[in-house]
Amino acid sequence: MTALVSIKQVYKSYVRGKQRVEVLHGLDLEVEKGEFLALMGPSGSGKSTLLNLIGGLDRPDRGEITVAGQRIDQLSSGQLAKWRARHVGFVFQFYNLLPVLTAERNVEVPLLLTKLSSRERKRNVQAALELVGLADRAKHKPSELSGGQQQRVAIARALVADPTLLVCDEPTGDLDRETSESVLQLLELLNRDQGKTVVMVTHDPRAAGHASRRLYVDKGSLADAPLGVAA
Amino acid sequence: MKYLPLIWAGLWRKRVRTILTLMSVVVAFVLFGVMHGVTAGIDQIVNQMSDSRLRIQSRVNITEPLPYAQLARIESVPGVMSVGFYNFVGAYYREPRNGISAGAMDISRLKAMFPEVAISQEAIDAMAQTRNGALIGQDLAKERGWKVGDRIPLRSTIWMRKDGAQDWTFEIVGIYSGFDGKVPSNEFWINYQYFDEERTFGNGTVTLYFARINEPARSAQIAEQIDGLFANSPNETQTQNERDWLRGRIAQIGNMAFFVNAIIGAVMFTLLFLTGNTMMQSVRERIPELAVLKTYGFSSAAVVSLVLGEALVLCGAAAAIGLGIAQAASPSIFRAIGAGGLSLPWGVIGSGLGVAAIVAIISALPPAWRTQRISIVDALAGR
Repeated sequence: MTALVSIKQVYKSYVRGKQRVEVLHGLDLEVEKGEFLALMGPSGSGKSTLLNLIGGLDRPDRGEITVAGQRIDQLSSGQLAKWRARHVGFVFQFYNLLPVLTAERNVEVPLLLTKLSSRERKRNVQAALELVGLADRAKHKPSELSGGQQQRVAIARALVADPTLLVCDEPTGDLDRETSESVLQLLELLNRDQGKTVVMVTHDPRAAGHASRRLYVDKGSLADAPLGVAA
Repeated sequence: MKYLPLIWAGLWRKRVRTILTLMSVVVAFVLFGVMHGVTAGIDQIVNQMSDSRLRIQSRVNITEPLPYAQLARIESVPGVMSVGFYNFVGAYYREPRNGISAGAMDISRLKAMFPEVAISQEAIDAMAQTRNGALIGQDLAKERGWKVGDRIPLRSTIWMRKDGAQDWTFEIVGIYSGFDGKVPSNEFWINYQYFDEERTFGNGTVTLYFARINEPARSAQIAEQIDGLFANSPNETQTQNERDWLRGRIAQIGNMAFFVNAIIGAVMFTLLFLTGNTMMQSVRERIPELAVLKTYGFSSAAVVSLVLGEALVLCGAAAAIGLGIAQAASPSIFRAIGAGGLSLPWGVIGSGLGVAAIVAIISALPPAWRTQRISIVDALAGR
């Protein structure tokens, strides 16, 4: 297997009020192509910061981040935006769908940046919604869908532009156990059948159980799994 | 175009707020259309006025009559092709509120004097044959429902008949119109000879003369010659070409363009704060949503253009509705200022849409600037 994501000696700190908080300290990580990686750890451990760096939402203070052969830590904001549009699909804890758009319009959003025609966009949106089992809810607005359905729409949006990498930040954090399970199965399916590389941040050991590899982040570095958490 | 659903959805996120803002902008542009329409209409009237026709009235004021005997002397001035005259007849129909713009004249002189007015020879002949005949404008006929053959009693507030009556009954013998539909046609014209013989005072006088000249460029010189004829006489005259006369009258009201621009400027300035506040609120509420767009690869410029697009669609649509209302209302407004037949010039509509675009861009700039500085990570974390 080849590394899709390679992180070397990455440092990241934030300024909160008058204080500078160092979140990641010289972190190294490799994610193989086609892998389903779960990042676990307590709140404030730096796992979401790491995920943001992998997804190109933020830039490190120091260190190298290479995704699919490209040094994304060296890209400008504009270049990073274009890179994200081509390579990354995002799934958030609170779905982050646009409330005024229907499910199909929400899914179409990443495609608006492509050169696809309206007909092609529609076809791709339909295929993505069918994949997540919500083709019949295409015309519904987020407020007319359950939490699980909204997260499925968010997954369809993440998939529709056929990204290299799926980045999921607590995708089941706002869902009940049964719905969480179906969402995780969907992510597993996408990883297994579609070959999507998935990096997921979660607090939930059960959710992490669906991943092919689990890593524990603590105080800004990769750490051994605590007792009771299967590695 | 593919961003239009995003722009549209953003606009209708808070339906009531958008409708209220839209209505405010509509009202502002109705005002813009009407006020600029009126000034443009006045300009149009002034430009239609002839500079080859002189208007001769008493130097004292318009109510001071001029002797009819002056006509022949005016005709003798070199450069004067023909002379007509007019006597004001203050009159109303049935109720004092139904004022009628009536005037006595020699209809046979009218055609040479006012070529922009369409009168059939048949109507002129009918006026010659009917002493109490009346020739009325198409607009007036339409407004009152009058037609040829109708006998119309008018009561004059100035002129009493020799038999002591204030009522004058006229028979409509013809209807005139403006050639291009732009000349107001709301006058009630009667035979001067009949009127002069019947009235109890002021006989042998007229309110004003018109002189058609062969060289408009010499109008000031010819006017001076005419006034010179009657200088130091009991009936001194003041002569001006029609266009200059009307300009002077309008200038007496004040600088209309300045008033209009000042009022519209104040309205637009207020509008700027209103739309700016709406856009600011709308963007503030949607920071996380805009961050999601950025997450998916929308550049800062693309997000800024979405915000600008929303402001442009809102202001553009509202301005179009407002100017449309002003356009629809303009015929009655123009009729009210005595310029029936005119409509809101396209230039006013074009400049209105231009102003709407400027208001939209200026009001969207602060929120657009804010979206450019959104940190995705902070916005998604609700910071």
